[in-house]
Amino acid sequence: MESSIWTLLSWGPEGWSRSIASGVLVTVSLAAATLPLGLFIGFLVAVAKQSSEPTLRLAGNIYTTIFRGLPELLTLFLVYYGAQLGIQKIVQFLNPGTNIEINSFAAGMLALGVVFSSYASEVFLSAFRAIPLGQYEGGYSIGLSKRQTMRLVILPQLIRIALPGLSNLWLILLKDTALVSVIGLSDTLRQATIASRVTKESFLFFGVACLAYLVLAIVSSFGIKAIERSVGKMEAQR
Amino acid sequence: MSTVLQDSEIVDRPPPPARGWPRERIVGNALVAIWALFGLGLLLFLIKAWDPDLFAKYAPLYLRGIGVTLSLVALSIVIGAVLSIPIAFARMSSNSVLNAIAYAYVYFFRGTPLLAQTFLIYYGFGSFRPQLEAIGLWSFFREAWYCAILAFSLNTAAYQAEILRGAIQSVPKGQWESAASLGLSKFLTMRKIIMPQALIVALRPYGNEIILMIKGSAIVAIITVYDLMGETRRAYSRTFDFQTYIWAALIYLSMVETLRHGVEWIERRITRHLKR
Repeated sequence: MESSIWTLLSWGPEGWSRSIASGVLVTVSLAAATLPLGLFIGFLVAVAKQSSEPTLRLAGNIYTTIFRGLPELLTLFLVYYGAQLGIQKIVQFLNPGTNIEINSFAAGMLALGVVFSSYASEVFLSAFRAIPLGQYEGGYSIGLSKRQTMRLVILPQLIRIALPGLSNLWLILLKDTALVSVIGLSDTLRQATIASRVTKESFLFFGVACLAYLVLAIVSSFGIKAIERSVGKMEAQR
Repeated sequence: MSTVLQDSEIVDRPPPPARGWPRERIVGNALVAIWALFGLGLLLFLIKAWDPDLFAKYAPLYLRGIGVTLSLVALSIVIGAVLSIPIAFARMSSNSVLNAIAYAYVYFFRGTPLLAQTFLIYYGFGSFRPQLEAIGLWSFFREAWYCAILAFSLNTAAYQAEILRGAIQSVPKGQWESAASLGLSKFLTMRKIIMPQALIVALRPYGNEIILMIKGSAIVAIITVYDLMGETRRAYSRTFDFQTYIWAALIYLSMVETLRHGVEWIERRITRHLKR
């Protein structure tokens, strides 16, 4: 029985809109959960890479080289299977006979987080380099501690400079979340795959999935513009 | 001691580098030690897991996989480069219809995941099998390999068009005007004046695009093309030996690093005249 396109796309029991919408929700929440993790690690790595201590710089550079050089899909598999094997070994050592399955959401978050952070660290690093040394010296000369200088003087300027680069990375992150469909997380692409397998309307559903990602990108670019405006306003007020 | 030396001692000097073991140095050494232990552990794991039979069986497959990955990337980059030229010029043209079409193309391919695009072409075009059979294109869209090349070429064409456009627009307008005042034709100006300057700007983004394609090409394993990732997945599903993934990681890492250093070397070489 051929059902029309509009029935397939409806919200009701015959349609697939509900499941695709739930997939979009998973996509968005995975990206949103990865963002703070990636930003935090990326910032720490950037601080290490611009330190005067060569060993810290070396450690940071090794991190970036590895996670920028590996394909995202491979990183995902390494985390998913590798962590599974590792944790399995530890658990079986402590408590033989138990089986552990790693949450694919957590694996996706960790894998995308390390990839995001290695790119973000480069963005932060170039933002650090754009801030003149005099800003640090000015901070120290009015008696601020190192930490206070970072928090009150450097960070506000850093965020403004790094914002365009970071928003680019956010758009890349949104697209990279599609990879987790491979390890079984029911995101947009996976729901579209299921729908197309059941209904045999592959072009329709993959087209819908692409449009969903496109809409997410458009919505984010509006959000980014709003953030940029408000950061600009804060700058103008000072 | 001369007075000159004594004067210079009064001058403010930058603070001497910290001696002993400040916190940064402890943390740095600890982190490097962790990386070293990690590398050592990896090495020990690979030595312990070394299996001549496994190697003899899968090394040729991996080599073939590398060949597939590299040829996929090379083909897509070249086809994408050809496709990107008209797109880039359409993006720069004053004709608003052309401009809008090119913008929509670029926005679509840069705004959606490569994986979704690949699925759309490989699985999606399957829904039009009768029509495709009628015009004789089905044998093309049936093969995962051709679909992968099509998807990757279309995707990289969008990115390369933006790189090209950015590079051409980075050349100052005065260059066009002075060439026109010398009586050079538009085409000649493009070829002899604009392109040599634009390509220097474009080199690094092009290198990054190739690296992104090498990394992105791993996803063709999902649509059953046996590239390096595909061979790795097959080897893992047969042996459940985790070293299969480690080897793939090492191979990908060395490919990307070789390329990155190569691009840096070329850039240093072709910008020698700009260095003082």
